Amino acid sequence: MDIKLQDVEYRYAAGTPFERPAIADVSFHIPSGQYVAIIGHTGSGKSTVLQHLNVLLKPLKGEIEIGSRTIAAGRKEKNLKEIRRRVGIVFQFPEHQLFEETVEKDICFGPMNFGVTENDAKKRALEAVRLVGLPEDILKKSPFDLSGGQMRRVAIAGVLAMKPDVLVLDEPTAGLDPRGRQDIMNMFTGLQKTNGLTCVLVTHSMEDAARYADKIVIMHKGRVHRTGTPRDIFRDADSLTSVGLDIPETVRFQQLFEKRLGRPLEKVCLTPEELAAEIGKLRGEIS
Amino acid sequence: MNTIVISIKGVSYQYPEQESLALNNVSLDVYKGEWLAIVGHNGSGKSTLAKMLNGLHYPSKGTVMIGGYALNEENVWSIREKLGMVFQNPDNQFVGTTVQDDVAFGLENNGVEHGVMQERVFASLEKVGMTAFLNQEPHHLSGGQKQRVAIAGVIALRPDIILLDEATSMLDPLGREEVMNTVRELNEKEGLTVISITHDLEEAAKADRVIVLNEGRLYTEGTPQSIFQLDRELLNLGLGVPFAVQMSQLLADAGLQLSQRHFNEEELVSELWTLNFKM
Repeated sequence: MDIKLQDVEYRYAAGTPFERPAIADVSFHIPSGQYVAIIGHTGSGKSTVLQHLNVLLKPLKGEIEIGSRTIAAGRKEKNLKEIRRRVGIVFQFPEHQLFEETVEKDICFGPMNFGVTENDAKKRALEAVRLVGLPEDILKKSPFDLSGGQMRRVAIAGVLAMKPDVLVLDEPTAGLDPRGRQDIMNMFTGLQKTNGLTCVLVTHSMEDAARYADKIVIMHKGRVHRTGTPRDIFRDADSLTSVGLDIPETVRFQQLFEKRLGRPLEKVCLTPEELAAEIGKLRGEIS
Repeated sequence: MNTIVISIKGVSYQYPEQESLALNNVSLDVYKGEWLAIVGHNGSGKSTLAKMLNGLHYPSKGTVMIGGYALNEENVWSIREKLGMVFQNPDNQFVGTTVQDDVAFGLENNGVEHGVMQERVFASLEKVGMTAFLNQEPHHLSGGQKQRVAIAGVIALRPDIILLDEATSMLDPLGREEVMNTVRELNEKEGLTVISITHDLEEAAKADRVIVLNEGRLYTEGTPQSIFQLDRELLNLGLGVPFAVQMSQLLADAGLQLSQRHFNEEELVSELWTLNFKM
């Protein structure tokens, strides 16, 4: 399912003395099945954009195409339920939303709200815990007896059980340790590659954007600063630093090395593994 | 540097209905004016330890001494004035309807006079770079901005010790550096004791001392330099290694000559060049 934003504008507390602009002129395309990262400085409008993706916020100007639906400014929209099912959002610290007595009940809550029978919801819960890499016996446990990392997975399973086409992730690894972070990120890539889910990752980790995304959207002061593939985006480091963003550590290290070498390497490397291999290859050629 | 401000002796803690101990016989001292980083994987006991320090939990065994007093239910309120805590998710800490009200809340509770309060609120928000947001609602701020307001709320109370529990985990790298510099300035100029609970080893690298927790036990302690020599062992502990250390490992795996694991990127590039590419 494609999502297209066209000239979207939103202001917080519109029509009150607290009114302030959040985003303006935001246009970009999330192609079906791709992994798109939205990056930007704190307060750049990333989270506001995210809430438009399943119409938790409606644009004050412009329009959003979500699959076959078009949500335009100034129109009353009905039947948003289907959009909310198909675009699943995993919010920051999703484990704060867990509330049921057992993991199974918690995961079933979403699908049953959307009209799935209890039996089918239970089947989905089982599938979902497997997808997020948790053992089956966790279904009978209280979500509040789990570790932070496990709670996060349960919360994500609750979104997956609704069988969304698009998975929107808002800083999904905040607060997890490095191993937990890597496991969760690999899980999302797996869901994208094997289950064909479209992934939208909202992050300030340049490393994650470089490693996982097919396409990057850079937000700056409520507007789209640039869009492109990771290699395009990170080739032009100055454009990133001009909007207060860091370049990935790998790219910075590559630049340090290129300064010694006196010329650029063949490609911008996006992960440390790729860069180590590239430098290894170069040594083989020289000696 | 040698005055002990917190002394933890033989502390164990078990959560109700949990089989294993969250903390298992942990002893450590915190010195006045130091920057102490406590690192460990999720579930290693870091946050439980933090909660021991201001009486959100009391040890099942052992004692926690703060400023010479054993922490108990009677003195917990005066001890909370000495030790300010910033949690991972600032949403759990907001009470005011505007940023400045929120920062003023703690001061008001402590009966600080109005004029002084206004000065301190402004000064604290200035230190975290949030004076442009005085009258906004905290809940409408971005995650990183919220975190800075939460830190301002604690700084305003002028505690002797500040405890940051993953308090910068939601900030972007620049925002994180700004906030950490703020805390560092208070640490250096005003002698604020800082305990930073983190799994960000880059952040821990700037501490005076690092304590590593693993499965509820104190695994090791030392200077950041000595901790990073643990190399791949750190990965097994669920901790991320600094980029240059990781890059050193990968380059060595790719067959490049290196004499050691480098902590500093410039030094790594220098040696990489000298040993492998200089004809």
